[in-house]
Amino acid sequence: MLKDETLGEALRRQGVTRRGFLKFCAATASLMALPPSMVPVIAAALESARRPSVIWLSFQECTGCVESLTRSHSPTVEGLIFDAISLDYQHTLQAAAGSAAEAARDTAMEENYGKYILIVDGSIPLGNPGYSTIAGISNLAMLEEAAKGAAAIVAVGTCAAYGGIPHASPNPTGAVSVRDIVKDKPIINVPGCPPIPVVITGVLAHFLTFGSLPELDALGRPMAFYGKSIHDRCYRRPFYDKGLFAETFDDEGAKKGWCLYKLGCKGPTTY
Amino acid sequence: MWHYRQLLTAASGCLLRGEQLMNQALNTEALKVQVAEHLTHNVKPLLHEIRHALAALLEDGERTIIDLRSMPLAPGEEQHLLDELGQGEVSARFNALGPSEIIETRFSGVWVVVHYNSNDEVIGKFVEVCDIPDLLRSQREDIQQGLELLQTQLA
Repeated sequence: MLKDETLGEALRRQGVTRRGFLKFCAATASLMALPPSMVPVIAAALESARRPSVIWLSFQECTGCVESLTRSHSPTVEGLIFDAISLDYQHTLQAAAGSAAEAARDTAMEENYGKYILIVDGSIPLGNPGYSTIAGISNLAMLEEAAKGAAAIVAVGTCAAYGGIPHASPNPTGAVSVRDIVKDKPIINVPGCPPIPVVITGVLAHFLTFGSLPELDALGRPMAFYGKSIHDRCYRRPFYDKGLFAETFDDEGAKKGWCLYKLGCKGPTTY
Repeated sequence: MWHYRQLLTAASGCLLRGEQLMNQALNTEALKVQVAEHLTHNVKPLLHEIRHALAALLEDGERTIIDLRSMPLAPGEEQHLLDELGQGEVSARFNALGPSEIIETRFSGVWVVVHYNSNDEVIGKFVEVCDIPDLLRSQREDIQQGLELLQTQLA
């Protein structure tokens, strides 16, 4: 994306027609549980949005969250929106390495102070600063420094949102979530292992459209995407309501399509 | 040498094939499960909402869009609604970042619009009550681009 180009201009340059763009806006409004009357508002805001600077920090993680976002089979608008942001630092994807990469982060933070979106995946070890470092900087120090100038922080994946697998007992590295450290910035949690890519871009689209974070639930997650669980929408739900459960994978209940809750189904906590 | 993105695409292609094989296995007769008889009874209120919207279109030219994905509908109810609306004289399909289908129902002025992404997954499903859905019209920006393209071709 060229400097000072709007998102609308960037999409057009990439061959996205106005019709395609409006279709994306309609689908985005639906996804964010906004009324269809908001489609023109989303279209106008996204079209005129200047490339937002995004700094993405990866700490104690497996890179699954990044793969989730980049593994589209063919070009999608989510992908195009992601391409249209100014991803100024992402140490897995960027071409620069070593001191050049860290300089890019410093420059982006300085030039966009107070305006950039900070995306974090992975948990932060507090047990010993040496457990996880980037360019010799501990994850804690890097997060605290980058958070200072961020307009908002998106904690992508369960590790950044709640600590995830590294946080599991006995938690040898003393892993904590972003929210455990940063207290004075708006933080949006997008948990999942990995999260659905469209939720990540949906959050970015909401921020670009309204200049604010979407409505969050008690766990800091966007209500639009985490309002209903798989369990709420499951075709086996009526059996759960009636107390009809399969007890083994091949009993009569299983053959009749009864609820699999007792067999370990995670539908009630999956979104 | 493979670009990182190509590598990811190839890997995800393998995963997709695995998913297809699993779906084939799950669709075998022995594993089919029955769908519960549990209705939300939202179809009739929706049809009444569409009736009110149609009257408003006729009287004031007011357009209404109903997002079907925002409605709680039990399995089978959405199909029931679509069956009630039926199919009219117009059906169109366009491809802009994935296919979209637009059909006029048997009630003139009531359209069903379904958007898919490039992986053929539904990303939006709407009932639009209007003369013609906006996305069927050629968009001004696209017309401008078309003119420039034609001028270049003729130059």
